[in-house]
Amino acid sequence: MAITLNVIVQGVLTGLVYGLMALGLSVIFGVMRVVNFAHGEFTVIAMYAAFILFEMLGLQPLIVLLPIAAAFFVVGYLLQRSLISPFVGRAEHEQFILLVGLATVIVNGLLLVFGPDARPINLPYSFDSYAIGSLFIDKVRVYAALGAFAVAAALFLFFRYTRTGTAIRACADNLTGAAVVGLDVKQLYAVTFGLGLACVGAAGTLMATIADASPSLAQAYTLLAFTIVIIGGLGSMVGALVGGVLIGVSEALAGFYIQPSMKSMFSFALLIIVLVLRPQGLLGRRL
Amino acid sequence: MTNIWHNAGARGKLLCLLLLAVLVATPLAADRYLLSVLILVFYFAYLGQAWNLLMGFAGQLSLGHALYLGLGAYTATALWTLFGIGPWLGVFIAIPVAAAAGMFVGWLGWRFAIEGVYFALLTIAFAEFTRIGFDHLQVTGASAGLFLSVNSPGSDKWWNLGGGPLLYYYLALILAAGATFLVAYLRQSPLGYRWLAVREDPEAARAVGIDIFRARMIAMLFSASMTAVGGVFYGFYYRNLFPSQVFDIGRSIELILAPIIGGLGTIFGPVVGALILTPLGESLTALMEALGINAPGVKLIFYGLMLMVIISLRPDGVWPWLARRLGLSGARK
Amino acid sequence: MPIDHRKLSRRSVLAGTAAGAVLLGAPGIVRAQTKALKIAVLLPRSGYLAQAGQSCHRGALVAPSVLSDFGHKVELVHIDMESNPDVARTQAERAINEGAQCIVGAFDSAGTLAIAQVCEQRKVPLVVNIAAAPQLTEQGYKYLVRNFPTGGMLVRNGLQQIQALIDTTKIAPKTAVFLHANDNFGMAQRKGMDALFPKAGLPFKLLESIPYDPKAQDLSVEVTKIRGLNPDLLLVVTRAADAIKLVRDTVRQKFQPMAIISPGAPGLYDEEFYKALGPLADYHVDALPWANPKSKVTQALEAAFTKQQPKYRFPVECFNVGFTFDALLIAADAFKRAGTADGPELMKALMATDLADHAMIGPPIKFDAKGQNVDIPSSCVQNRNRTPTVVLPADAATMAPVLPMPPWQGRT
Repeated sequence: MAITLNVIVQGVLTGLVYGLMALGLSVIFGVMRVVNFAHGEFTVIAMYAAFILFEMLGLQPLIVLLPIAAAFFVVGYLLQRSLISPFVGRAEHEQFILLVGLATVIVNGLLLVFGPDARPINLPYSFDSYAIGSLFIDKVRVYAALGAFAVAAALFLFFRYTRTGTAIRACADNLTGAAVVGLDVKQLYAVTFGLGLACVGAAGTLMATIADASPSLAQAYTLLAFTIVIIGGLGSMVGALVGGVLIGVSEALAGFYIQPSMKSMFSFALLIIVLVLRPQGLLGRRL
Repeated sequence: MTNIWHNAGARGKLLCLLLLAVLVATPLAADRYLLSVLILVFYFAYLGQAWNLLMGFAGQLSLGHALYLGLGAYTATALWTLFGIGPWLGVFIAIPVAAAAGMFVGWLGWRFAIEGVYFALLTIAFAEFTRIGFDHLQVTGASAGLFLSVNSPGSDKWWNLGGGPLLYYYLALILAAGATFLVAYLRQSPLGYRWLAVREDPEAARAVGIDIFRARMIAMLFSASMTAVGGVFYGFYYRNLFPSQVFDIGRSIELILAPIIGGLGTIFGPVVGALILTPLGESLTALMEALGINAPGVKLIFYGLMLMVIISLRPDGVWPWLARRLGLSGARK
Repeated sequence: MPIDHRKLSRRSVLAGTAAGAVLLGAPGIVRAQTKALKIAVLLPRSGYLAQAGQSCHRGALVAPSVLSDFGHKVELVHIDMESNPDVARTQAERAINEGAQCIVGAFDSAGTLAIAQVCEQRKVPLVVNIAAAPQLTEQGYKYLVRNFPTGGMLVRNGLQQIQALIDTTKIAPKTAVFLHANDNFGMAQRKGMDALFPKAGLPFKLLESIPYDPKAQDLSVEVTKIRGLNPDLLLVVTRAADAIKLVRDTVRQKFQPMAIISPGAPGLYDEEFYKALGPLADYHVDALPWANPKSKVTQALEAAFTKQQPKYRFPVECFNVGFTFDALLIAADAFKRAGTADGPELMKALMATDLADHAMIGPPIKFDAKGQNVDIPSSCVQNRNRTPTVVLPADAATMAPVLPMPPWQGRT
């Protein structure tokens, strides 16, 4: 029983970080309908950014979280203004090719610059864990999950209580209406993509504390993010976190009770079931 | 068939025949490297046609065609290695297996109104699910792979799909050309018009009495079956299969690049796309070598950039533009 | 006119139309008789196998100068197969067109098999540097030799070494768990384990064999599961970066086995492993073929490597570097004996190989009728002070093994 609880807690913590990564996708995909197939690649860039700052300047990921997120916001803003903008509203397969091309460039660029080795961030508490009875909870996972939770909450507040946030939600709800009432959709989209990438920047920074950066991680992250977003519900911020946790926990339990090598089968099965029974996602609005 | 031929126009006819004649004669002059590249070109053109039927004509985005590729490959090779059933027979078992999988995915998706990116995710989920399943399927060697011998009796004979490059060259050429004609034929058929109607405006199609679900299911039937045949070819060409290779999402992605780059929903798009992309990869390798750049990854960076440039400049694909340039009609999307 | 031919061939591909192909003159295989053997080295230097592929590549880079000191002349062409069998196949064709007389590669089994198809048809020998799928030498390829153990051999030799390790260190493990990646390498070893462990007569019980997903993001659940079984020994077959996750989660969950031992998998002795884990990387044991620190070939190789690749440590790289070097050495040696680079002749010489001086530990390299070197012994390599160090067998050892390993606590 205690060991099951242990597995569940670890799953929840990891799931929250996954959830934050997926949140970025949910924002981009939910508002702009851009199928960001380079999502995992951006996450890995953030992991490398955290790694470099730690190696070169000794700055811990939790300290550089906001600067990296800010930098990613700027990158996202510029990317949208230059590369992505012509593709908004285009067919999904065209976006797909653009972003698959971009993903190929990023992965191989990272390989070229950093090499194929996994790059760890060794924090003083990297190997520590909290022992509660017979439970062992990894310290880094607790910190990363708390970080993810805080960033998600900040984003939530932004969308709920700021003018820009409200305007972006208006664009997502009714694009034509938003344009008619005089909202600068182009500008808002750029901000949205920036916010999506800021999320990814934060998630990647946190991810770097629990996983080692390497170029080969990227594709798996992209797929993971899409799975979570669909399960949680497109455009639902809480949904992304819930989806992340659900994936984290179900994989952990399947790995523990059935067979570790089959655990991702269960997240794909979960995805299929959700798509069939509740295509808008667990917490998404009716399509 | 005569119908397509009449509509092709004199220039189109001439070009078509010329291209075919050239490709048939190529092995007389080309070296084996060129042949191996062309085999890949035909292979991707063929798979592109299969995928294009579903996406280009019926408007349904599948990112999980590796599922049908893998099922086709595994069925035929397993029948051969386990029971000695040759591929020419095995392909007729591989087709229904993959078609059944395709119909199931389609049924589940379209009955429950899963469309667009959601449908794409559904297809990925099935392909990945199956990949992990095959990773555990002991009878086909699980993740350790399935291997075809090279010297067991009869394994090097054409009737067992074994032999030199010429066999594979002509086989791949026949597949690609056959698929192109089939697609051209279907496009002109009543079925083809129903597909286009469903793609352009499902509601309007429904209003004029087209059974959307049925039209899509038929597209899936053709698409999955054709992809399975490609899988049989893959299995016997490489003579080894690993779930992590053949069911991988990377396979699904690479087989849709050619039809999109070439021109979605066009008959020659997948062919043109394959003729661009595979040689592009090869010539980038050669270019890197000529420039003395031996750093791994550089070639793929350029490849990715080229994808981005092409799709930015020619969002409808290269073929519609090229066809206009060449003064050919009938290439409209 | 090999050069003109190549240019033509490329231009036609660049043009991207088959029409260009007709313009090609009658090609045929050009195999000019030259003094140096032209070897194409195909390795996965990008893609998901890049880490190992680049390590092998460093061995190929340093090889020509060392080989020339031993009186061999080789000319190498380095080709990246991108961890993609399609690329491996077309690039093998291209390399042979451009005059490669022998191919060395390709670290993994899928890529190697794609190349084997080409080599078989074109009668160009393929010397496998690393690839463990047993089927490689069981499918009847006549132009393939492999100086690398099969998954089964690795397990058999590994289990012998574990027995020797137990005898030497006087530890008394009662139980073990076998954890392996569910990929082609891991599964080949699992099959070996299932077949051989019951017959090996080791003094401990194998509680469970657990496969894990090589795409797993962390191994926390796996470790929790192992912790529940509480084995004395943890036998592992990991992929490179997975070994880091494994040890990290083992430490966090305060699980303390007597030893973590691998019967021949990568991961426990990679530079990234040492960098990530620091002192916690020490005392793990890998029972696998290793470079012989006492062989003069290895010493020459190490000296050249250290000079050419100062950023990398030879003792860490010597598995990939050593096997890649030995594959090139085997090809060069056969070329010398054959006196020609003609495929069938060269292959005949390869099959007659009897090479006493080579980099990896073991008796003279010989191939059986299937082209497999069946005698590639494993050694015990223990991480000591973040350096893989040979601890068994005694005649190659530079240190004595230490087990049970010191507890995790107090290592930092």
